[in-house]
Amino acid sequence: MTYLRPKFRHPELPKNKLGYSVDKYEGALSTLCAGCGHDSISAGIIQAAFELNIEPHKLAKLSGIGCSSKTPAYFLSNSHGFNSVHGRMPSVATGAAMANRDLTYFGVSGDGDTASIGMGQFVHVVRRNLNMTYIVMNNGCYGLTKGQDSATADRGSKNKSGEVNLFQSIDLASLAIELGATFVAQSFSGDKSQLVPLIKAAMSHPGFAFINVISPCVTFNNNLGSTKSYDFVREHVEATATIDFVPEMKEITANYEKGSSKEVKLHDGSYIQLKKLAEGWDPLDRLSAMNAVQNARAKNEILTGLLYMNPNSVDLHELIETSNKPLNSLKKSDLCPGSEALKAVNAGLR
Amino acid sequence: MAGKKDKVNDFVVRFANVNGTGSASANFLFTKAIFRMGIPVTPKNIFPSNIQGLPTWYEVRVSEKGYLGRREGIDLLVAVNPQSMMNDVKSVRTGGYFLYDSSKKLHAEYIREDINYIGIPLMQMCNEAYSDARQRQLFKNIIYVGALAALLDIEFSVLEGLLADQFKGKEKLIPMNVKALQMGVDYIHKNFKYPLEIRLERRDLIGDAIMIDGNSACGLGAVYAGATVVAWYPITPSTSVVEAFGNYADEFRVDKETGKNNVAIIQAEDELAAIGMVIGANWNGARSFTATSGPGLSLMNEFLGLAYFAEVPAVLVDVQRSGPSTGMPTRTQQSDVLEAAYASHGDTKHVLLFPSTPKECFDMMADSFDFAELLQTPVILMTDLDLGMNDHISQPFAWDDKREYNRGKVLNAADLEKIEKFGRYLDVDGDGITYRTYPGTHPTKGSFFTRGTSRDEYATYTEDSDAYHRNMDRLIKKWNTAKEIVSPPQVYQEKNNSKNGILFFGTSQYAAEEAMDLLKEEKVIVDAIRIRAFPFNKTVEDFINSHDKIFVIEQNRDAQMKSLLMIELGINPEKLISVLNYDGLPITAENIIKQITGNLNHKFKILDAKN
Repeated sequence: MTYLRPKFRHPELPKNKLGYSVDKYEGALSTLCAGCGHDSISAGIIQAAFELNIEPHKLAKLSGIGCSSKTPAYFLSNSHGFNSVHGRMPSVATGAAMANRDLTYFGVSGDGDTASIGMGQFVHVVRRNLNMTYIVMNNGCYGLTKGQDSATADRGSKNKSGEVNLFQSIDLASLAIELGATFVAQSFSGDKSQLVPLIKAAMSHPGFAFINVISPCVTFNNNLGSTKSYDFVREHVEATATIDFVPEMKEITANYEKGSSKEVKLHDGSYIQLKKLAEGWDPLDRLSAMNAVQNARAKNEILTGLLYMNPNSVDLHELIETSNKPLNSLKKSDLCPGSEALKAVNAGLR
Repeated sequence: MAGKKDKVNDFVVRFANVNGTGSASANFLFTKAIFRMGIPVTPKNIFPSNIQGLPTWYEVRVSEKGYLGRREGIDLLVAVNPQSMMNDVKSVRTGGYFLYDSSKKLHAEYIREDINYIGIPLMQMCNEAYSDARQRQLFKNIIYVGALAALLDIEFSVLEGLLADQFKGKEKLIPMNVKALQMGVDYIHKNFKYPLEIRLERRDLIGDAIMIDGNSACGLGAVYAGATVVAWYPITPSTSVVEAFGNYADEFRVDKETGKNNVAIIQAEDELAAIGMVIGANWNGARSFTATSGPGLSLMNEFLGLAYFAEVPAVLVDVQRSGPSTGMPTRTQQSDVLEAAYASHGDTKHVLLFPSTPKECFDMMADSFDFAELLQTPVILMTDLDLGMNDHISQPFAWDDKREYNRGKVLNAADLEKIEKFGRYLDVDGDGITYRTYPGTHPTKGSFFTRGTSRDEYATYTEDSDAYHRNMDRLIKKWNTAKEIVSPPQVYQEKNNSKNGILFFGTSQYAAEEAMDLLKEEKVIVDAIRIRAFPFNKTVEDFINSHDKIFVIEQNRDAQMKSLLMIELGINPEKLISVLNYDGLPITAENIIKQITGNLNHKFKILDAKN
């Protein structure tokens, strides 16, 4: 790994609609191992935020504890970040999102942070359809404590010291669909061309958007026999479709065979274009998504791409009918009933 | 025994009911009638952790002198629960009264020679008057209230007025209830001598006071303080804090134009999530709180450490109940003091506030948001089941419309433009309190990373020993600043009158003040101080240092407040004498006097006379 990054940027770096070049979206230098899949995902997040023209300070990034949860320091340094406690990012994100509905919330977690210690909070944030993007950087092991199996390690997978995992793995994408998540995707840290449009689509989705990204641990889980190694994942990845995120409707020029392409319109006018759709899979149909994921698992394949989305998602703010104005912007005049009202309260208590 | 004359407006009535039979509203009718007759009265619910079927008691003390603590010794017992009747008979003081349902003959084993029996065939009367089973059950309660009205001289018009208030909008229910009351009155008039020597006389001792429970007062205080995000997990005895908040929010926080809510109330999956949400919301610039009890506080420990170290405001109401573990979940105690003061691993300390009355619940709830944001740290409001769930006579709530929310040191975009480099943990003012920014404030300035790991003054992660040390020392500087910000103690005398002092907090106030009065009648003078906050300020330290002996009155086994005083102020343990109560019931003046006079080798005449 490098310890220094030059501050110089090419003056003609392309700029987005806000006039920012991509360096405005970068973060501190990563302290993860060289070749860590997580760094590729961070790069994907930077690219997605840049391409989506997000004001960096209008995004809040939150995480739990673990290697993956360190990454928010490595992207979007003009955003406020919150590295909370192990497995508890969803609750902190929920409180933050309730306080200000106008920001974009971006959560990063790991397989230990989500599938073990944070399982309770994960399933409940899904249920509530909190308007946030939730990425799990999934490497099947505990990196920071030197490679113990996590709950997403596949049964039969071998870790670096040659031990075989005896227990069933938790498939987070299936679980999210089962729990009623309104956007579920799966990807691989080595496939940036798929990851970036998925992150963009997730960030544009008005509700809980979950992306499970297989992200090999080069140090502790990249060995022969591991089902989360680069080699194994590359060999077993099966994409549902190719995906493009299109910021606004424009004429579709390419011609595909009928039934092999699909456009999913998002609430803000942008849409997702899916091409070369897998057979028998409809991303808007929860049952077909569940089938597709289970069929892939049965064949030992890792199904990637958009798995399921509900374009009619109703997020938590809408469900509990909170004010359109961010709650943290309300003033005393909006919030305090005042002394006259209190006199009436007192009178009712005599 | 005290003479007959003393029994006007000075007695205890205890109702022995079956949980879930509608007795609560009838019993409250009884209490509220006495309150409306201008006489000080204090009710205590002694209830089981159960929805239906187990014994539950409601104890009402009437005290012309205004003593609002619990008192031992039952003058009149209303027995409508066969399950607990044997113990109920035993609990009546010699010469007292036992009112029972005489529909069936009372078995000989319930007969005591030294008490008086008032049999009313409640069940029989109900069966004759009503055909519906639920009505039979509900009106049985109203009939005994009617009987008590005759026996104790409750003004009938006051009861009618209360029913009119209670059934506003459902007026057709009023005559049925009045009829049931009248049935009770008539039965007494026909069959017994009335009123009893324990009886009521109208007074004007209530003034403009109100009657409310502490949990509702906390909920209302949070509405006034501008709380907008509330996250919680149901747990007795704190549940009604958020329920009350929700009800007041329905009244005061619905936007008139849009019909949308100026509040978000989230029922969390557990207490960990509840406090996590509170921290997230406060971090993002909303005022947010949660309410819980001991077990929930235990679960929140990790997050409280994060909020302390990352310096995120948070407000938490701990309605204490009897621990440890699940303990006695429906009984009161002050046993979370140490748990709350030092919640979480590592070196942590938290600001605690100790309200004694509903008015103080309201005020301190509002103050706690100011303190939390001023100090950028969690503030825990330490109430208890007695204060939270029982109705109390209280000074009316007051709000100064000129009062502004003190949001503490928060920089906006214009502020950030003026400074060269923003240091989230840089102590610019020298008081240990640094400046923060809300997310979304400025495109390029003011963002920082909040974390539970160590960092330098600019919020950059570091494991540098000096930076860590500097930060920990600054947090202590902030703690010392807090001493002058949090609620000062209540000192009962301008200058010391005695070598001995008593120190108490929270709901022990009622019994402690009564004990002081009774001791004074015996020429045993003690000075007094009521702690209202932790950290302790100089006044607390001076009070202890200027007395030879301090009786520390508290409702737990392990003398937790005493420990806290010893640890934080370095007080010699021998100087602090514990006066403890930990049976799950609110402490009584009698109990305090016994422990104090025992220590002082003083033979207490009033107590001896009573026993």
